[in-house]
Amino acid sequence: MIQFLYQDERVALDSAEADLTVLDWLRLHRHRPGTKEGCGSGDCGACTVVTVSVKQDDSGQPVLHHESINSCITFVGALHGKQLLSVESLAQGETLHPVQQAMVEEHGSQCGFCTPGFIMSMYALYQQDEPVNQLRVKIDQALGGNLCRCTGYRPIKAAASKALDYREAQVGSKDAQSGLSDSVNHSDALISRLQILSATVADANGFLQPKTLDTLSGLFKSNPQARLLGGGTDLALEVTQQMKTLTQIIHVSHVPEMRLIEVHADHLVLGAAVTLSECLTLMSDRLPAVRELLLRFGSDQVRNQATIGGNIGSASPIGDLPPLLMALDATLTLRCGDTSRTVPINDYFTGYRQTVLQEGEFVLQVTIPLPAHDSLIAVHKISKRTEDDISSVCMAIHLPQNNGVTQGARVAFGGMAAKPVRAVNTEQALEGSRFDQVTVHAAQAALATELHPIDDARASAGYRLQVAINLLQRVLLGAGK
Amino acid sequence: MTTLPLVKIAGASNAHDSAREHVTGAARYVDDMEQTQGLLHVAIGSSAIAHGKLVSLDLDKVRACAGVVDVMTFADLPHTTDIGPVFPGDPLLVESIISHLGQPLFVVAATSHRLARQAVLLAHAEYEEEAPVLDIVDAVSKQVFVRPPHTMQRGDSKTALDNAPHRLQGELQIGGQEHFYLEGQVARARPEEDGGVTVWSSNQNPTETQHLVANVLGIAMHRVNVVVRRMGGGFGGKETHATACAVFASLFAGRNQVSVNCRLSRRDDMIMTGKRHGFLNRYDVGFDDEGRIVGIEYMLAGQCGHSPDLSDAIVDRAMFHCDNAYYFPDVTIDGLRCKTHTVSNTAFRGFGGPQGVMAAEAVIDEIAFALGRDPLDIRRINLYGNTERNITPYHQKVETFTVPRLLNELEQSSDYQARREAIRQHNQSNNIHKKGIAITPVKFGISFTVKHLNQAGALLHIYSDGSAQINHGGTEMGQGLMVKVQQIVAQELGMSLERIAVMATRTDKVPNSSATAASSGTDLNGMAALMAAKEIKQRLVAYLIDKHKTSEACIRFSADCVLISHEEQVDDANVCADDNAGGTMYSWPELAMSAYRDRVSLSATGFYRTPQIHYDREQAKGQPFYYFANGAAVTEVTIDTLTGETEILRTDILHDVGQSINPVIDIGQIEGGFVQGAGWLTHEELSWDAKGRLLTDGPASYKIPAIGDMPHEFNVSLLADSPNDAATVFHSKAVGEPPLMLAISVFAAIRDAIASLDNHQQFPVLNAPATPEEVLRACTLIAAKRSA
Repeated sequence: MIQFLYQDERVALDSAEADLTVLDWLRLHRHRPGTKEGCGSGDCGACTVVTVSVKQDDSGQPVLHHESINSCITFVGALHGKQLLSVESLAQGETLHPVQQAMVEEHGSQCGFCTPGFIMSMYALYQQDEPVNQLRVKIDQALGGNLCRCTGYRPIKAAASKALDYREAQVGSKDAQSGLSDSVNHSDALISRLQILSATVADANGFLQPKTLDTLSGLFKSNPQARLLGGGTDLALEVTQQMKTLTQIIHVSHVPEMRLIEVHADHLVLGAAVTLSECLTLMSDRLPAVRELLLRFGSDQVRNQATIGGNIGSASPIGDLPPLLMALDATLTLRCGDTSRTVPINDYFTGYRQTVLQEGEFVLQVTIPLPAHDSLIAVHKISKRTEDDISSVCMAIHLPQNNGVTQGARVAFGGMAAKPVRAVNTEQALEGSRFDQVTVHAAQAALATELHPIDDARASAGYRLQVAINLLQRVLLGAGK
Repeated sequence: MTTLPLVKIAGASNAHDSAREHVTGAARYVDDMEQTQGLLHVAIGSSAIAHGKLVSLDLDKVRACAGVVDVMTFADLPHTTDIGPVFPGDPLLVESIISHLGQPLFVVAATSHRLARQAVLLAHAEYEEEAPVLDIVDAVSKQVFVRPPHTMQRGDSKTALDNAPHRLQGELQIGGQEHFYLEGQVARARPEEDGGVTVWSSNQNPTETQHLVANVLGIAMHRVNVVVRRMGGGFGGKETHATACAVFASLFAGRNQVSVNCRLSRRDDMIMTGKRHGFLNRYDVGFDDEGRIVGIEYMLAGQCGHSPDLSDAIVDRAMFHCDNAYYFPDVTIDGLRCKTHTVSNTAFRGFGGPQGVMAAEAVIDEIAFALGRDPLDIRRINLYGNTERNITPYHQKVETFTVPRLLNELEQSSDYQARREAIRQHNQSNNIHKKGIAITPVKFGISFTVKHLNQAGALLHIYSDGSAQINHGGTEMGQGLMVKVQQIVAQELGMSLERIAVMATRTDKVPNSSATAASSGTDLNGMAALMAAKEIKQRLVAYLIDKHKTSEACIRFSADCVLISHEEQVDDANVCADDNAGGTMYSWPELAMSAYRDRVSLSATGFYRTPQIHYDREQAKGQPFYYFANGAAVTEVTIDTLTGETEILRTDILHDVGQSINPVIDIGQIEGGFVQGAGWLTHEELSWDAKGRLLTDGPASYKIPAIGDMPHEFNVSLLADSPNDAATVFHSKAVGEPPLMLAISVFAAIRDAIASLDNHQQFPVLNAPATPEEVLRACTLIAAKRSA
């Protein structure tokens, strides 16, 4: 049975359709129409709600963690063991929450349709257990997944900033460091309620939530037509955009091995169900060059849901992580039944949305070697819009250095072929040379003939190739700084 | 002593009347209405080809699908089958001829939105396909039109061009734009006992929808009531294209005698409803050594899609605005309404005006390049004059033209000249990142160019407890019309805002309304509401004079009270009366109850029609506009010449809204209009495949501005001390559309940055939108010629 809290109320669902979205549950089942559908594809943020779950802080203590998500592409089963908050949840009687108050005062709403989503994204930011000055620089990030067609955003940014002022002004009576009330993120009663709910069996009608790896792999092997669900940001589109009915879903995020995070001196091991938000936190320190890429991957709402395994599993030619993982020579651990095998990611993609995965097999973990400190790493994503857009071209380049010359060059692209690819001739041109203008010219010449990019609404093939070539120059210019 | 200060309500920065409901989620939109018993949901099955004939349509599987209750095709339509708003050409459902991909073939009503959408996928249609015309270039060369071409002319442009010291020709392609209102098209219909229907619709034009629902159902307009409380954005996209949902819901409601909801999915909305017109503009301009234009000829070709819709007026408005702020001594403007087998394009904020202004600013920039001058100098030298050089191509005199003042003040406040020099130096020492700057003005004509639309009505009730309701024909789509009208009524009656309830727009309260469009909402409806308030006020004054044996000059309505003093009230700042001397103060509950008991009517209508305007379209002569709205913007950008990516570093705007009724609402319109315009001209790109299928059919591929796209520094000011000379409501000026055109400063700045690649020796051929790909293409072209 799926059990979660909506506000303070325990909700138990046993017979809901497996592919019922949180948005439809709120609007149609609970008659809470404050949360809006703007696109049904997770691209506009009008449906943003906040989930509260129990995580462990650095000292291992349980704390409440607030995340914004797109309710239109989240299945209700994924709420198991969490608390759901919608725009109706924030005001206390006649008293508005500070984010609501700030939006009114700064004139942040015009037509009002996107407003509930912005309010919830702002609320998620407001509730982060970080000092206010760190949150101020995250305003664009927190609101980058919410579209407004009326205001031009200036008053909305001002409202977010003002809401943080209000939080700061509460310091004294509240936690001195973060300004957040102790009772907000450390509410023992709520933590224990959620822990109890989490521990219950989460399976429901057509929506299975195994809690061990063996159960998961056994289920999928015997039932390979079932759909594996990580964050669902891609899978749910089949329901909301292609109008499919999914009757058998296996949610992988309750399996500890799928949620594994291991940090070693020279490599990371990440379970396939680790979210992109978690990747962002992990990699920002260890691979600063990829931070910008991850910040431009979807939006907070998407990153809070989408998983590293999903980005690899969907095998899209324009996924943003594969080029990076290919440049770093990552390896994948694949699991089928009770056997595992390891495949270099460079051998994993076989064609347009095709991979080496066998029937009943899935990505379990990703092992990412960390580059040497003197290696040159660069990642560039080109798209029409900076926030929440899909790449025209995504390039990841990794040039290990040995006495000033490159050894083991890796250049990988998304958007340049039917699948993520390495440009091996370009790598060859870089190999064994100093990374200078002469070498770059040779690499550009190689790249000009070896790839045949796709032509679509995002960009023409000619533009993609020209930009890919120019990006090599960009890397050289960056290396000089 | 009793004091009654004069309270200024019109002019105050009140919050949007629904702000609190917006932030709590309490504000109701059509799709948020109660799920009533038996409620049905509509989905539309549409054509998979762009041009041809429907040969057969097999709906057996659709009918058999779970949840499906009713299905309609053309044969089921009971009465009128065309919902063209001005001219026919928009069949509700296809009979045989198909003229765009996504054209409705049939409609399904099912027990849920999802089941209805699943059901339409099961239809099987067979077609006889014909070759479609899909783009504007093709349509211009084939000369296929939805309406006849039209020409505006003043003087003899041919002779002027032949004798001009300098002459150049240019061409500019401008893409269309998807409205992307966050709330898609939606309507709810409820059958009524008299065979009529009540329709709740997200709709800028309730009367037109009332009219068309009545026509399609074959009933009189008095049986149809259309209600609009608010829209989740409109921008012109719900002026005529909101009708189909309302009509389908009404038809099914009548057939099944249950309430029916019709909401388009985002993808259906993007495929099935019209957009801003793309344009192909050509110009041939002659000018003197100073850059002064001596003659000009334009061809402005709008891509209308498959039907006329509002395109006659839209291309006209492009023609009315291809002068922007500049005087053309001898001018000929040819406007073409091109037909393509794409969805019928429609109103979108600016209504053709922006595409005209784009042409004007391209002309100015190209002259500046030809003469090696700063474009600002060429703009200035060509501006309309106050006493001479002040006649537009359509023979209207330009009056109270504030653009010269706006440019001067903005040039100073934005430090334009120093930044221009700093940019020149930056570009000399940076090969990769190039900066550009541009200052552009806007002059936008205010009034519907179809004269009879310039009228409005209002209905004001005051109840016996002193509370009031105001109705008018305008609709709220986020622009703050309701709070402005509330402020206007409050000001006139001296009431507090809270006393006046803002009501949903309903065709049974105020009839024969015009669309809330053409930036006219406040000008028309605010004035009508003011008239209603004046009417009731006059009745109350007469009543009080009679009752208190006093004179009008001794009565003051202010601060939520009415005061009758013994002496005439001359002091405007404060009014004092001595209670002991027998002055009488009424609260509104006291006054309303007293007037009610003494049988004074506390309900009144108001009506307004714009004076002075007239236009002879045959001659292309007259005064189509009551006045002009003005503004100016200066924008600085940087482009990355390796990738074509653009950033807007800073924008400063100075805009003339006359005497503002609500400054924060006006600033909100200016900021929002600018960013929407910047999206249109940079990354909002519509793309179709060779079969006419829209590829950019959702927000994953069609990118409206996100939070990072607003200018890094964004300074917006209202022009001070500039009441409208025209007798508009409290001497304010319309603000909805004009600021969108301020974003042309972004496009001109990008052009400036690209031109720096060859030290401003070549005029960059840059089409809109200036996507990274388009910017890189233009850069590559410049670089190739430079090295050649």
